[in-house]
Amino acid sequence: MDLFILTLTIPLVAGILLSFAGERDWAPHINVTASAATFLAAAGLTAEIVANGPRFAFGEQFFIDSMNVFFVALTAFVGMTTAIFSDPYMKNDRSHGKLTPGRLRLYKSMYQFFMCTMLVALTTNNLGILWVAMEAATLTTVLLVSLYRTPASLEAAWKYFILCGVGIAQALFGTILLYFAAERVLGESGTALLWTHLVGVKAFLDPNIMAIAFIFLLVGYGTKVGLAPMHNWLPDAHAEGPTPVSAVLSGLLLNVALYAILRCKVLADGAIDGDFAGDLMIGFGLFTLLAAAFFLGRQRDVKRMFAYSSIEHMGLITFAFGMGGAVGNFAGFLHMTMHSLIKSAIFFAVGHAAQKCGTQNMEDIRGLIRINPLIGWGLMLGTLAILGMPPFGIFASEFMILTHAMKYHPWTTPFLLLGLGVAFAAIFGKVHPMVFGESEAKRLPHAPAITPVFIHLGLALMMGLWIPPYLTRWFHEAARMLG
Amino acid sequence: MSAAIPLHAQLINLFAAVILLLAFAMLAQRRVLQLINLFALQGLTLFLSTLVMAVKIDQMHLYYSAALTLTLKAVLLPWILHRLVRKLHVKNEVEPLINIPTTMLIGLGLVVIAFNVALPISQLSSTIARGTLGIALATVMLAFLMMITRRKAITQVVGFLAMENGLFLAATSATYGMPMVVELGIALDVLVGVIILGVFFFQIRDQFDSLDIHHMEKLKEH
Repeated sequence: MDLFILTLTIPLVAGILLSFAGERDWAPHINVTASAATFLAAAGLTAEIVANGPRFAFGEQFFIDSMNVFFVALTAFVGMTTAIFSDPYMKNDRSHGKLTPGRLRLYKSMYQFFMCTMLVALTTNNLGILWVAMEAATLTTVLLVSLYRTPASLEAAWKYFILCGVGIAQALFGTILLYFAAERVLGESGTALLWTHLVGVKAFLDPNIMAIAFIFLLVGYGTKVGLAPMHNWLPDAHAEGPTPVSAVLSGLLLNVALYAILRCKVLADGAIDGDFAGDLMIGFGLFTLLAAAFFLGRQRDVKRMFAYSSIEHMGLITFAFGMGGAVGNFAGFLHMTMHSLIKSAIFFAVGHAAQKCGTQNMEDIRGLIRINPLIGWGLMLGTLAILGMPPFGIFASEFMILTHAMKYHPWTTPFLLLGLGVAFAAIFGKVHPMVFGESEAKRLPHAPAITPVFIHLGLALMMGLWIPPYLTRWFHEAARMLG
Repeated sequence: MSAAIPLHAQLINLFAAVILLLAFAMLAQRRVLQLINLFALQGLTLFLSTLVMAVKIDQMHLYYSAALTLTLKAVLLPWILHRLVRKLHVKNEVEPLINIPTTMLIGLGLVVIAFNVALPISQLSSTIARGTLGIALATVMLAFLMMITRRKAITQVVGFLAMENGLFLAATSATYGMPMVVELGIALDVLVGVIILGVFFFQIRDQFDSLDIHHMEKLKEH
């Protein structure tokens, strides 16, 4: 059977199945098995694309090339490890009386639907469908953010829905303008929103319309990426939702939104003379990095702090893609991969730590290394990795971004160093006493799943020391497609 | 432009003007039920304007999207909202609003900005309704303003849906509507969104005993 169709249908079917039987004892196995099957299908699809080159599916509605297949594989992989992590985590929450069987069912089915919408958004060739899938991804996660039904989580979910809804409405206006610009060139056939057709005629699109369209698209999808000043929903949603949801929001959804911006940037670059789109992204990226870095030090909630760290890294990645060029794009892709792996690993470790200590307040989490050495080391190593310490992969990508910025945009270097330095001081200073120090905490009824943490960190370590040649080729190929 | 504007263009401009007028009316309306009725009326006007356009240029997919607008925005969504208001026992009371005249003045400013932004785009458009693009953008901005100034969760949602109306008007006036598959997808998203919000409202009410969002201002930076 077609691997692409499998990649999309497995989460869809699993989601439907779990919406009927998600509270059963065997439901977590379905969740994990389906996620693993999705990953296998995605891995097979990746191998196919690497071997045979880009392909279409369902007529021309879906298009898979080396750029998006890379995100598909990453999304399916983190989806799988998060499902493994969430099994004992959600059981513990249930034992603590925070969740009812009905809500467990909601969680599992929505998790699979969420995976499905992200995979559709990544693989569609139609920029209209891309919008629809992005909105659907918000809708599937709204009820997950409010899963605990506490006042704070309801408030976070409301904020998430309204802010992302308004943001994505801007993106729809941008899409309409894009369609309008394209229709003048491609005519009134149904092809004027298909990315592969648009790329062919991008030099003929009206530059004025494309400039306005790109601003709306950047602000709209940028709201979901978490670019400042539209980032307000992000820390709340990450802190108040269940930890597996924080892990996939941070590790995957932000990437998918950024991917949407990148697709549009290719078109805007082709239509507009000069670096209009790139300069906008550099500005937004730098502002986001600095704003997030200065908020980091004021956080008390551990998940909230790492949510701000995600905003910071998204700013840096946006900055890298804004600079563009072979090195900038390569560094952007590498950083995105590393951030997904490491940040989700951190959320896994933080989730277990918070469950053990019964709080997310950093001042009350102490001595993790004594309670559970694996969780302690996982959090410590993850923190070092996300802060860009060698030999982890983020060091490599941040080094590339910095040197590239020094060469082509020297005025940005002090701001970049300032942001990274402030973030380092803030995060390291808070995580250190959490890991080392004295504490007594009770055992959890279900043993936490630590393996995903170390798989992710191991991959990040490997990518810092040695990137497999096929992966390098793949990044280069994707970077070249961005121009 | 020649002296005589054809009838269909006059009709489309008239409907667009009515939509803008309704957007202002919603901005000033303090009662929840009347607000939903205004929203339904806006949906109906949107349907009429799409219908006129469909008859004029005789394109099948415009008829479909007119039918979609009628069922979804003029009937189904207002019906769901009415039901929600009844079931949640939202009182149809006067919503304390900060200074309607000021809000109206800001709204006027937004309309001027919207027309300025839309001018270069609508000059390039060749559709019979190109003049209404500015109105569409103005409707979006007014709905945005309504979401900012209102304190009730349900009014914010009406603002959100009104924003979608404005976007739909923009799509039809600039390009005769998006491809059918996209329009269906958007409609599905809107419908699912409202249903999920319905569920969500009950959660909010159970937790706070009210749908006033000032209860939900606890999450702030320390």
